[in-house]
Amino acid sequence: MLLPVGDLYQLIDQEARGEGSVIAALEAVQARCRYLPRAALILAGERFHLPLADVYAVATFYNAFSLKPKGRHCLQVCMGTACHVRGSPRVLERLATRLGVSPGATTRDREFTLETVNCLGACALGPIVVADGEYSGQMTAPKAEMLWKRLTRQAAEAQHA
Amino acid sequence: MLKTPPSPLEAAPAPANGRDPQLHQLADLADWRAALTAADQPNQPAITVCGGTGCRVYGSERVCQALQRELAARGDGRPVRVTGCHGFCERGPLVVLHPQRLMYTRVKPEDAAEIAAATVDGGRVLDRLLYTEPQSGARLPYETEVPFYKHQHRLVLDLNGTLDPLSLADYVAAGGYAALAKALALTPAAVIAEVKASGLRGRGGAGFPTGQKWDLCRRQPGDVKYVICNADEGDPGAYMDRSIMEGNPHRVLEGMLIGAYAIGARRGFVYIRNEYPLAVKHLRAAIAQAEARGLLGENILGSGFDFRVSVRLGSGAFVCGEETALMASIEGRVGEPRPRPPYPAEAGLWGKPTNINNVKSWAAVPLILANGADWYAQLGTPTSKGTLIFSVVGKINNTGLVEVPLGISLRRLIFDIGGGIPGGKAFKAAQIGGPSGGCIPAEHLDTSIDYESLTALGAIVGSGGLVVADEDTCMVDFARYFMQFTQEESCGKCVPCRVGTQAMLATLERICAGHGQPGDVDYLLELGEMIKRSSLCGLGQTAPNPVLSTLRYFRAEYDAHILHKRCPAKVCKGLITYAIQPERCSGCQVCLRNCPAGAIHGAKQQIHTIDPAVCTRCGLCQSVCKFDAVTVN
Repeated sequence: MLLPVGDLYQLIDQEARGEGSVIAALEAVQARCRYLPRAALILAGERFHLPLADVYAVATFYNAFSLKPKGRHCLQVCMGTACHVRGSPRVLERLATRLGVSPGATTRDREFTLETVNCLGACALGPIVVADGEYSGQMTAPKAEMLWKRLTRQAAEAQHA
Repeated sequence: MLKTPPSPLEAAPAPANGRDPQLHQLADLADWRAALTAADQPNQPAITVCGGTGCRVYGSERVCQALQRELAARGDGRPVRVTGCHGFCERGPLVVLHPQRLMYTRVKPEDAAEIAAATVDGGRVLDRLLYTEPQSGARLPYETEVPFYKHQHRLVLDLNGTLDPLSLADYVAAGGYAALAKALALTPAAVIAEVKASGLRGRGGAGFPTGQKWDLCRRQPGDVKYVICNADEGDPGAYMDRSIMEGNPHRVLEGMLIGAYAIGARRGFVYIRNEYPLAVKHLRAAIAQAEARGLLGENILGSGFDFRVSVRLGSGAFVCGEETALMASIEGRVGEPRPRPPYPAEAGLWGKPTNINNVKSWAAVPLILANGADWYAQLGTPTSKGTLIFSVVGKINNTGLVEVPLGISLRRLIFDIGGGIPGGKAFKAAQIGGPSGGCIPAEHLDTSIDYESLTALGAIVGSGGLVVADEDTCMVDFARYFMQFTQEESCGKCVPCRVGTQAMLATLERICAGHGQPGDVDYLLELGEMIKRSSLCGLGQTAPNPVLSTLRYFRAEYDAHILHKRCPAKVCKGLITYAIQPERCSGCQVCLRNCPAGAIHGAKQQIHTIDPAVCTRCGLCQSVCKFDAVTVN
């Protein structure tokens, strides 16, 4: 989501006024915009008196930050050890094939982003897929297929509406 | 020299806002507890519903609401509350009826009416919701007789199944903050002596004696010191830190308060993973409650001791679990580790003396202070005292959180508590300590679990993640998985870790793809030893462990991959082929229609075949075939 520069500055300024670091400021922007626009990095550098290179280093170091806009829906496949031994690579592979993107990428229509996460700590349910915060446990490739079908249908319906 | 920006905290200490100073002195706390417990009848009936992340996914909140509705409709006043994780994730959602501790497993919201009618009204036990022992088929009604709980020794996790994690009153009524009161009446040196005498060792992995670490920090000159709770639980397959923070956040705060008092710190941070939203929420709520009551802030309980805690969110970098990287991250910089010395106790956060402990270590401190060092030191082995928490996951019947005394055998942990391997498969290995640890094969199942014994076998206690592998797990692929994890999470600062893990991963990928060459094993051994010796931080120094330990115990599997081009567990795609057994194929075409690669041929009612040149080894045909006609070779 694109925000006016004034709003971006306000988000960053709010963290700077508290005891937050530049990381907290970027987290606030990431949460609102689902990515870090270039303007946010520049503003954060100015507000925290840091060279842009340092802000860029932080923004590219941590997995939670993205410099590219993410999709409307986020699909996370847990790749923790418990999920791995129970077959999460096959689940991921199926979703990647159906969405036509590799893990970490966003579909061309910006509907879906496919991500992997390192252990969500719900190992009894593994393999786990989280779709927009909704957990699906004990996944298999066929169940991933059903999930993909349901999500694409819902996305299409949402567009019509 | 490292750049350490000045702390914004030293410049302007924030005022303690919204403080509701109800607990002015030690006596106020005791009075409040007395008032809270006076209202309670002993053995009062109550119902608790597990609110751990696993059970929530299965709908435990809806179960709780349904039960509340049923009881309200009957005018039954017993409390129904969502608690922290009970630990038995495999059987969730769990509902426990107190005081008998009658346990219902896999409860659905639809079951609420029947539970209310039969058990609450009629006092009858619903057999269908009881835990059934897989071997004997016996139904066990009470939590205390279920083997998963019976063989545990729950100290740190003891209150997880009964407290409302969002209620400070619940914690105080259960004896919470009494250990703080006790500590504040002692001198800081006496508190440290008590922790030293308990034999508590850091539960974050390295196992450094906690009391000694506190003492080092306390002896440093300077007024400004910090304490940090390391809650950046990054090991895949470990989730006990999260469950403690979700289920009993005040105990972690109480431990930090005691530690800060002993060390002389007035400021503390909890560095917690962004991926744990519920733990963050509960911890923030606990901090707000403690501040409102005067358990955090200035002149705590009239002792003259000031302490404040803030939450800092990790942004998804495994290396930030390393203490120097973690501090860099709190300072707002890229989370790269730095060489030690200086150790954090000398020059830590913003260059000040800092003490970092893991969630489990902090949570053990109130127990030690409240019950005494001798009580804690009774448990465990001569060098490893107290209890350890493991998350037992993978190919195991009873996935869950387990707390056991140090010194218990691996066999007891996996077979008595964990319930063994599902589907009658054979146990192959237990990987302990995640990507930094190693595996322990079947021949060492009787090993005592303690710091020294595990290290001797090439594993570590580590964070307590215990992943069970069975005969269907390929140990080469398993090692490749961990190497891929550490390679991706390597921060890239030092060359041995950055380049070395890449080289090891490339070799393992080649072996798994069927292109292994003689000499690969020697290369992996040499690289592994080099990376361990020359890396900057704990991540690199331990990254080769999973490979070295699988090479130590499962050399034959590596040889099968490299020399015979065979994956004995039938996992590595480059080394397996799918085929249809003609005598079983009914020609139903289900596999043909489902094959994403179009590799299956055959007319209806005719025997099908798979073209190995087109097949992508996705295994879908095998999972959809109703006649078990698809086999892997």
